[in-house]
Amino acid sequence: MSDSIQIKEEVTIKFAGDSGDGMQFMGNLFTENTALKGNDLATFPDYPAEIRAPIGTMAGVSGFQLHFGSKQIFTPGDQVDVLVAMNAAALKANLTRLKKTGTVIVNEDGFDGKNLRLAKYEKGVNPIEDDTLNDYEVFKIQLTKLTRECLKESPLSMKEKDRCKNMFVLGFLLWRYTRNLDSILTFIKNKFAQKPEILAANIATLKAGYHYGETTETFTTTYEVKKATLPPGTYRNIMGNHALALGLITAGQKSGRPVFYGSYPITPASDILHHLSRHKDFNVKTFQAEDEIAAATATIGAAYGGDLAITGTSGPGLALKGEAIGLAMMLEIPMVILNIQRGGPSTGLPTKTEQADLLMAMYGRNGECPMPIISASTPTDAFEVAFEACRIAMEHMTPVLLLSDGYIANGAAPWMIPKADEIEPIEVKFAEPREEDDPAFLPYERNEKLVRQWALPGTKGLAHRIGGLEKEANTGNVSYDPANHEYMIKIRAAKVDKIAESIPAQKLEMGEENGDLLILGWGSTYGVIQSVVSEMMSEGVSVAHAHIRYIHPFPKNLDNIVKGFKRVVIPEINNGQLVKLIREKYLIEAIPYNKIQGVPISHSELKNFVKQVMEVKV
Amino acid sequence: MTTEHKLKAKDFATDQDVRWCPGCGDYSILKQVQSVMAELELNRDEVVVVSGIGCSSRFPYYMNTYGMHSIHGRAPAVVTGLKIANPDLHVWMVTGDGDGLSIGGNHLLHILRRNVDVNVLLFNNEIYGLTKGQYSPTSEQNKKTKSTPFGSLDYPINPLAFAMGASATFIARSMDRDVKHLKKMLHRSEAHKGTSMLEIYQNCNIFNDGAFFSFTEKSSKPETAIFLEQGEPLVFGVDHSKGIRLDGYKPQVVDLEKDGFSKEDLWIHDETDIYKAQMLVRFFDDPSNVEGTYFPRPFGVIYAVDRPCYEDQLHAQVAEAKAKSKMNGLDDLLRGTSTWEVE
Repeated sequence: MSDSIQIKEEVTIKFAGDSGDGMQFMGNLFTENTALKGNDLATFPDYPAEIRAPIGTMAGVSGFQLHFGSKQIFTPGDQVDVLVAMNAAALKANLTRLKKTGTVIVNEDGFDGKNLRLAKYEKGVNPIEDDTLNDYEVFKIQLTKLTRECLKESPLSMKEKDRCKNMFVLGFLLWRYTRNLDSILTFIKNKFAQKPEILAANIATLKAGYHYGETTETFTTTYEVKKATLPPGTYRNIMGNHALALGLITAGQKSGRPVFYGSYPITPASDILHHLSRHKDFNVKTFQAEDEIAAATATIGAAYGGDLAITGTSGPGLALKGEAIGLAMMLEIPMVILNIQRGGPSTGLPTKTEQADLLMAMYGRNGECPMPIISASTPTDAFEVAFEACRIAMEHMTPVLLLSDGYIANGAAPWMIPKADEIEPIEVKFAEPREEDDPAFLPYERNEKLVRQWALPGTKGLAHRIGGLEKEANTGNVSYDPANHEYMIKIRAAKVDKIAESIPAQKLEMGEENGDLLILGWGSTYGVIQSVVSEMMSEGVSVAHAHIRYIHPFPKNLDNIVKGFKRVVIPEINNGQLVKLIREKYLIEAIPYNKIQGVPISHSELKNFVKQVMEVKV
Repeated sequence: MTTEHKLKAKDFATDQDVRWCPGCGDYSILKQVQSVMAELELNRDEVVVVSGIGCSSRFPYYMNTYGMHSIHGRAPAVVTGLKIANPDLHVWMVTGDGDGLSIGGNHLLHILRRNVDVNVLLFNNEIYGLTKGQYSPTSEQNKKTKSTPFGSLDYPINPLAFAMGASATFIARSMDRDVKHLKKMLHRSEAHKGTSMLEIYQNCNIFNDGAFFSFTEKSSKPETAIFLEQGEPLVFGVDHSKGIRLDGYKPQVVDLEKDGFSKEDLWIHDETDIYKAQMLVRFFDDPSNVEGTYFPRPFGVIYAVDRPCYEDQLHAQVAEAKAKSKMNGLDDLLRGTSTWEVE
């Protein structure tokens, strides 16, 4: 039994091990349990692109970072309080992230000669035996040995038994943070329902880990993080890609259109396809295409046929879809393109995060091809943004590009679940059938928003032809007339610009209008900007935070906002892209802050930069 | 039928000027398609013609139905999405040898194996016409064109063998110059439930004039082309004086007047026999370039079998998921399995 329970306001834990050690699984289970406890949280999974990278090496280290607290949590945390290291490589790769006086929990069996050699420690050096860890609280647990001991009666193979050691650690951590095992037991009972022997082994090891904490006298203190004060409501824990998929389904339900999702598997977007394919009961049709181009063009076909049509990908796939997106823009049919960005260019860093596709989203097609761009800023925001992208596409008859990224896609956060009947419906109106005596149907006639009608094949009297060739205004017939071409270019652009009239005004997330400094962000930098701005405001700095959801067209009042501050800093995980758009549009000297390392910007990095900017007199 | 009066072929034509070169084989195909649609009494509002890019792909602009002129090679994917959205539409897809077998080869492969209920018309003229005369993936080797002044090196694709490899459920061949046969094949294509792959030999009189003349002209046709009829023996030649028999697994051309075989000894065409179809699509000799005996080029329905269509199966999955769903509305979905309350 522990002697005392210590209350903590926030804790950051990093789970690190081989990519086959089940770190993501364990991290997600502990996160789910943390959410149910009522803590606010943010997560950061960080894993290699290889499914089973060479065992024991630095390249094979897979990590999962969780920051949770009874206060508001903005980011997965810069430095960690607790590091769980399943082997020598995991320790070596992550030790610099551990706070002084932090806690290390190591699997002693992962520090034998072979593991030390693979982690490239010098001969004779063992960091858990020498004074490397002197500054930290260290728990050495013989995880492999204890797990095997616990499962000595199990019929599983030795390899299968060893795979249960993550459950031992999980059990131990649940004890350490005064949790109960219920939600985890329910989850693994479902997951392994068809595999009773594996289920039994997982339960036995989980409980063994829990009791190990309880009965071993080394561990005298347990910790508790109280519930966070979140707005009242019903909550669930959710990851970005899952929230995005739910947003798409909701848009289908709220518009009364079947959802079509055409996609080709690509990291980190594939989970959206997985989620949607499970929910056919909500009138969802998923189509795993033969390639990225087929995914986009089948989506065009489905949109033409009247479905709420969506295609999803990541950067390299967006490059391949460019021509098809141009066609959708030319046809003026509703379609949503999801780009879950990852490190580029080319194959780049498939499992790492980046925001470097913004300019491709803006300009990456042949000809004059403007289209609306909307971006998600947090895992839970992905729900609303997905819904909004569908609304704009169908109400304005245009392809819409939605930008998310790997950090949002795989990150988790508590989500206040919206009530279905409180979500505004999306009004869809198709072109009406016509009789022979009615005037001829003009497929490219426009309403006051410059939007043409959605005319479905199969509707009486509307037979018409559309295509990628330039079309004559109103009739849509092929036209090579010079003046008509210019007119059509301008009117398609004007249609997109007009969307600015029906989107919400840009708001400030924190701070007052007019001041010394605005931090202007988009996408997944939301959390770190919030955390820096809230801290600096408490220090008395005149600073504010605005975060752009509608990147094209910009909200109409963005002009006034950016011009209300002496300095505008734009942090991005790229080499400076939004900053170019802002400078070009508003002619202000916005200051870029760029980090392009495949990982989110940390609190201390951004804060240090902003402090330097504030020291320069303007 | 929902149309009030019976439509004629011209009712399927638009008011747009047809812009193919005078004398192009495409005119004949367009006319036969319009006339077959009238014969079938199709409702214009339920027909969609979708194409990619190329001379043949201008087709939708000339059809008074729904239509989409899409992008190069991607029409098979467009029509797959369209049929998934609305399986009730009659979808016709027009492509060429470049559009369908070069830039769009991948998509053609996949629509065939998925068996989406679409009529694919592959206009094969063995040349790139719209870009003014480069060799195509079906051009014969050593072809001298603008892009291959010393002769092309690529070995040509056999489109119907490709379709066989992709497990197509309907494989047929016709030609622009045999109007009666072409119409018959168009009728068969529309009647088939699944992807109907109809290759149409089409003359490009500007850049590849006469590419198929040995098969299409009266003087040579009887000796070079064989017209398949279900349940009938494989005969060809002037007065059907020749036939094809199977010697074990080996097909053999026989002279019915000299070799001592009668029609009873010949290979009987069975379009549901996959093994015979495999052989027929491999009858790919170029009569002008072969010394001694050669196999005549088959025209007609080579292979036709039933297999469930992709879009029907997908809709069945959706219906089954709805019937078995344990979810009680959107709120259930949004809540998921583990929630907590904040007061």
